[in-house]
Amino acid sequence: MKSFNFKSATNSKDAAKLATGRATYLAGGMTLLPAMKLRLAAYSDLINIKKIKGLSGIKVSSKSIRIGSTTTHAEVAASKEVGKSIPSLSMLAEGIGDPQVRNRGTIGGSIANNDPAADYPSACLALNATIHTNKRKILSDKFFTGMFETELKKGELIETIEFEVPEKSAYAKFPNPASRYALVGVYVAKLKKEVRVAVTGAGSSVFRSKELESVLSKNFSASAIENVNITSKGLNSDIHASPEYRAHIIKVMARKAVSSC
Amino acid sequence: MANLVGARLERKEDKKFLTGKGRYTADINLPNQSYAYFVRSPHARAKITKVDHSKAMKAPGVIDVFTGDSVALDKIGGLICGWKIVSHDGKDMKCPPHPVLAKDSVNFVGDHVAVVVAETLEQAKNAAELVNVSYKVQKAVTKTEDATSFETIHEGIDNNLSFDFLLGDKGKTDEAFSKADKIVKLDIINNRLIPNAMEPRAAIGDYNTSSDELTLYTASQNPHLDRLIMSAFNAVHPEHKFRIVSPDVGGGFGSKINVYAEDVVVSYASKKIGRPVKWVAERSESFMSDNHGRDHVTHAQLALKNDGKIIGMKVDTIANLGAYSLVLAAVTPTYLYAPLILGIYDIPAACCTVKGVYTNTAPTDAYRGAGRPEATYVIERIVTKAAKEIGMDQAEFRKKNFITKFPHQQCLVHNIDSGDYNAHLDKALELADYKNFENRRSQSAKKGKLRGIGFSTYFEACGVAPSAVVMSIGAGVGLWESAEVRFNPTGNVSVFTGTHSHGQSHDTTFAQIVGDKLGVAIENIDIVHGDTDKGPFGMGTYGSRSLAVGGTAIVNACDKIIAKGKKVAAKMLEGKPEDIDFKAGEFILKNSNKKKTIGEIAFACYLPGTFGDVKSPLPEGVEPGLIETSFFDPSNFSFPSGSHICEVEVDEETGETKLVKYTVVDDFGTVINPMIVEGQVYGGVAQGVGQALYENAHYDESGQLTSASYMDYTMPRADNFPQITIDYTCTPATSNPIGAKGCGEAGTIAAPAAVMNAVIDAVGSDISMPATSEKVWNALKKNGSKKAAA
Ligand SMILES: Cc1cc2nc3c(=O)[nH]c(=O)nc-3n(C[C@H](O)[C@H](O)[C@H](O)COP(=O)(O)OP(=O)(O)OC[C@H]3O[C@@H](n4cnc5c(N)ncnc54)[C@H](O)[C@@H]3O)c2cc1C
Repeated sequence: MKSFNFKSATNSKDAAKLATGRATYLAGGMTLLPAMKLRLAAYSDLINIKKIKGLSGIKVSSKSIRIGSTTTHAEVAASKEVGKSIPSLSMLAEGIGDPQVRNRGTIGGSIANNDPAADYPSACLALNATIHTNKRKILSDKFFTGMFETELKKGELIETIEFEVPEKSAYAKFPNPASRYALVGVYVAKLKKEVRVAVTGAGSSVFRSKELESVLSKNFSASAIENVNITSKGLNSDIHASPEYRAHIIKVMARKAVSSC
Repeated sequence: MANLVGARLERKEDKKFLTGKGRYTADINLPNQSYAYFVRSPHARAKITKVDHSKAMKAPGVIDVFTGDSVALDKIGGLICGWKIVSHDGKDMKCPPHPVLAKDSVNFVGDHVAVVVAETLEQAKNAAELVNVSYKVQKAVTKTEDATSFETIHEGIDNNLSFDFLLGDKGKTDEAFSKADKIVKLDIINNRLIPNAMEPRAAIGDYNTSSDELTLYTASQNPHLDRLIMSAFNAVHPEHKFRIVSPDVGGGFGSKINVYAEDVVVSYASKKIGRPVKWVAERSESFMSDNHGRDHVTHAQLALKNDGKIIGMKVDTIANLGAYSLVLAAVTPTYLYAPLILGIYDIPAACCTVKGVYTNTAPTDAYRGAGRPEATYVIERIVTKAAKEIGMDQAEFRKKNFITKFPHQQCLVHNIDSGDYNAHLDKALELADYKNFENRRSQSAKKGKLRGIGFSTYFEACGVAPSAVVMSIGAGVGLWESAEVRFNPTGNVSVFTGTHSHGQSHDTTFAQIVGDKLGVAIENIDIVHGDTDKGPFGMGTYGSRSLAVGGTAIVNACDKIIAKGKKVAAKMLEGKPEDIDFKAGEFILKNSNKKKTIGEIAFACYLPGTFGDVKSPLPEGVEPGLIETSFFDPSNFSFPSGSHICEVEVDEETGETKLVKYTVVDDFGTVINPMIVEGQVYGGVAQGVGQALYENAHYDESGQLTSASYMDYTMPRADNFPQITIDYTCTPATSNPIGAKGCGEAGTIAAPAAVMNAVIDAVGSDISMPATSEKVWNALKKNGSKKAAA
C-alpha cells in the first residue's frame, strides 16, 4: 500500500471539505483497503467518516426504515426493529462475508462501491430505496449506473439510505463458492404499489428483472415463475458460472425467495 | 509414566500456536535488515529483450537491483530437478535451464525476473514498478493435452516432452487384455491444485561479513536438503559456512520442499550488499509461484473376466510439469504414481506410461500425497465403473479382487508387507451403515435431493525412501533419516531429528516415543528440528515419512543410549552389563534391589570421577557423555491402507453437491497419538474433498492464472463438512520397529475418488473434478432431469 494521509472528519461539512483532489472517504475499509494493498487504487488522503456523529444508526417508521451510512452490517443484522419490519434485510446483512467483515463493513460503503456481486444494492432496488447524500436525494433506480459506478459525484457523501417497508419480501442468495459474494442474488419485494425484483451477481451491475416483475405483479407466487424465460444475454461469464447457468439460478433463487415470503 | 504411546495427549505445541506465539520466518526481524521485492513476468511466455533498471536504482531507498545478468555474472546456478528419471528408450529426461532470475525468456505468469532490494518494503515495491522489462510476447500453451502438439517452448526439447516413461510389462499386459471378457475404459482429468499453505513462503538471507557465515531463514520442510542443494548446485555458499533455519512453518503440503528462486536470491543479495535481505510472499505470489500440484490427463483400461476378476490394467497419463522441472517434479508423476495404480487389488499384469510435458504454467511438484492421490483416483474410479458395468455390488467387487496374502509382490514395483483389506472395508461398511443406504437414498429423494454413495479403498507407499528399493528402480539416492538423542547432565533430553514439523505435531508424538523408551517425563523431552546448526544432516518431512523413518532413527538412538547406560549402571551397581535390566527409566541389577535412574546415569556420564564415593562411574573404555546418533534407512516402504465411504446429496435444481456422510477406517499400523492422527485425517479428507468439489487452478488461453486469489480459488470451508467418522484397524508395518505406516497424506489420497464416485452415483453420469454446481447441473440436464431444466 502506498502511504497516505489519514484524516478524521467530525461532521459532513468537514468531510466534504477534506474530500478534494486525490482524497476519498474511508468507512469500514473492507473494500478500499484491500484495493489499496493490491495497488489497484492509491489516494493521497483517506477521510475517515466513522467519527461523524449521526451518520450511523437505524430509524424505523411504519412506512420506512432509515439506515445511516456508517451503520455496520452486524448492526443491521442484529437490529430488532429491522428484523421486525423488514426481516429479509437483516437476513441479507447476516449473510455478508464473515464476522470480521460484518463488524467493519458499512451499508454506505457497500452501496457507494456498487460491486456487481454485492448484496445491498439488490435490497436498495427491490425496496425502492432513496439514497440521501449531503447534497440531494437519489432514487435507487437512478443510483446504480454500472459496474462499480454510481450516480455519486466526487466528494458526495451518502448520509442515509431509506428503504420502503414492503408487505412481503425475501432475499435468496446463491453464493459464489470461492468468495461467497453473490453468484446470483435475487431480492423480491411486494410493495404497496408494485412488485420489485432485483438481481445482483448476475450482470455487470445490479438490475431489476422486468420479466419476473411482470409475472409476479399479476400473481405473487412461486408457480407463476415456472414459465418465465430468463434471458442469459448480457449476463456475466466467469470461471464459476456461464450466463446460461446464471439465468437458470436467477429463476431458482426467485422461486426460493417468493416461496419464503 | 509408561504407555505414552497410544495416548491422546494434548499437543505440546498447542500453547504457542493457539496463543499467537508461533515464530514464523516473517516474525523474524534482524538489525539493519533490507527488503526484497520481486519483479515477475506478467506474461505466460515471452522473450526478454532488455531489462532496464536504471530508474529503479535511483528511486528512494533502493540499495540494489539484481537481474538475470547479475546472477549469471556471479555464476549462481539455476534451480534443479533433484530426482531425474529415464524414458523407456533409455534416454535421460530433458530439463530446461531454470535461472533464479530469468535471463532470456519467461515461461509462466509470475516467473521471477528481477529483484529490488530497498530500505523499506514500500520503497522496494515502488522501485519495482520502475524496472522496465522489454518483452516480446509469444503464444503460450497451458493445457496438458495440448503440450506435445504445440511449438517448442524450450530450445532442444521437442514436442515439449521431458520424458516418456514406462513401467510394467507391456507384452504380458496385452496378453491379459486379449483374454479379457470385458474391457472397462475411463478418461479422467486430475485437476491442477494450488497448495495454499496458511503461511506464505518467506526467506531472509543474512550474510555475516566478519565470519563469512551465511544464515538463511526460510519456511522449508527440509532445511538440510535446501542447504545441500544451494551449496552444491546453486553455488550460493559452502555448506560448512551455511546455516539454514526453518522455524515454525505454517503448513507445507509439499509446496515447501523445493529450493525456490527467492531462497537463492535473498541469500545471494545478502552476500552482495552485506546486510540481511527479507522477503515474504504476498498471497497472490503464493498462488502464482508456489509449486502447483496434480494436473494429469489419463486414459485407463481394466481387463475383466465375467466373474469380476481383474486380469490386467493399462494406464496412459500425460503429466503437466509446468514451465520447468522442480526438485521432485519428475518422480512425483512416475515412481510415486505408476506403481500405485494397482491399488489394493491382486492384478497380475499391468503397464503404465507417463508423458511429462512442459507448458507455460507454474511448475508442478509434490503436493500432499504426491502421485498417490492421482493413482488412487485412477484405480478407485475405474474399479467403481467396472463394478457398475458388470452389475456387481461395489463392496463385493472390491473384496473379490483384494490382495489377501502378505507379503504380496505386486506386478509393478511394491512388495506389500502387511495389511488386512477386508477388515477395514467391513468395519467401514458397518460404521457407514451401508446396508441401509437405499433407505437414505429414498429419504433424500423425498426432499428433492439425489443421494449417491462412493467408495475409495486405497493404499499408499510411505516412508520415503528405502535406498535399496528405490535405487533398484533407478533412483540416484534413497532417503534415510537421522536422530540424535542427547541427555543433558541434569537428566532432561534434547532430541534432534532430521525431519521437520510444520503441522505434524512431532513435538508431541516423538516425545511420547522417547518418553516410553527412556522413562523420562514428557515435559523433560525437547524435540529439536529445523536448524542445520543443531542436529545432524536429515532429509526433512514429506511423503508421510517422519514417524516410520525419522521416528525409527530416534528409537534406535534411544536403544544405543540404553546400551551405554547399562554399561555405566553395571559399574555403579557392581554387576555385569548383561545382568542389568532397563525398565521405566530405571537400570536394575537382576535379583537385587540395586538400581539407578536414567537421570543418575546421565549425570554420572557427564561428571566422571566426582560422583558420590565412586571415583569414576565409567567403566574402562567408555567415553564420558550420553549422546547417541542414529541414521535409519528402512528396508522397504510402508503401506497404509483404508476404506473411505462418502455420501453426497445433489440439489437437482442447482446442481449443488453437499457432503452428508463420511466414514473413514484406516490401517496406519501402530498409532502413537490417535487424536493427532485424527487431525491429520480430518485435514487430509478436507483437502481431498477440496480437490473433488471446489479447488481448481485455472489458466485462460493466454496463460493468465484466473484463479489467483481467494475470490476465485475455492477452498473448502468448515461449513462444507459433516462430522467425519474415523476409526482404525491395525496391522503393524514390518519395515520399522515402531510398526508405523504413515498417516499424513492418506485423507487427501483417498477422498477425491470417494467423493467423485458418490457424485457420479447420484447424478448417473461422468463428471470431472471439481464437481462444481454448474458442471453437475449440465450433467443432470443432459440426463433429462426436468428440475435441472426448469
Ligand atoms: C472477505 C470479504 C467478504 C465480503 N463478502 C461480501 C458479501 O458476501 N457481500 C457483500 O455485499 N459484500 C461483501 N464484502 C464487502 C463488504 O460488504 C464491504 O464492507 C463493503 O463493500 C464496503 O463497505 P466499507 O464500509 O468497508 O467501505 P470502504 O471499504 O471503507 O469504502 C468502499 C468505497 O465506498 C466509499 N464510501 C464509503 N462510505 C461512503 C459514504 N458514506 N459516502 C460515499 N462514499 C463512501 C469509499 O470512499 C470507497 O470508495 C466482503 C468483503 C470482504 C473483505
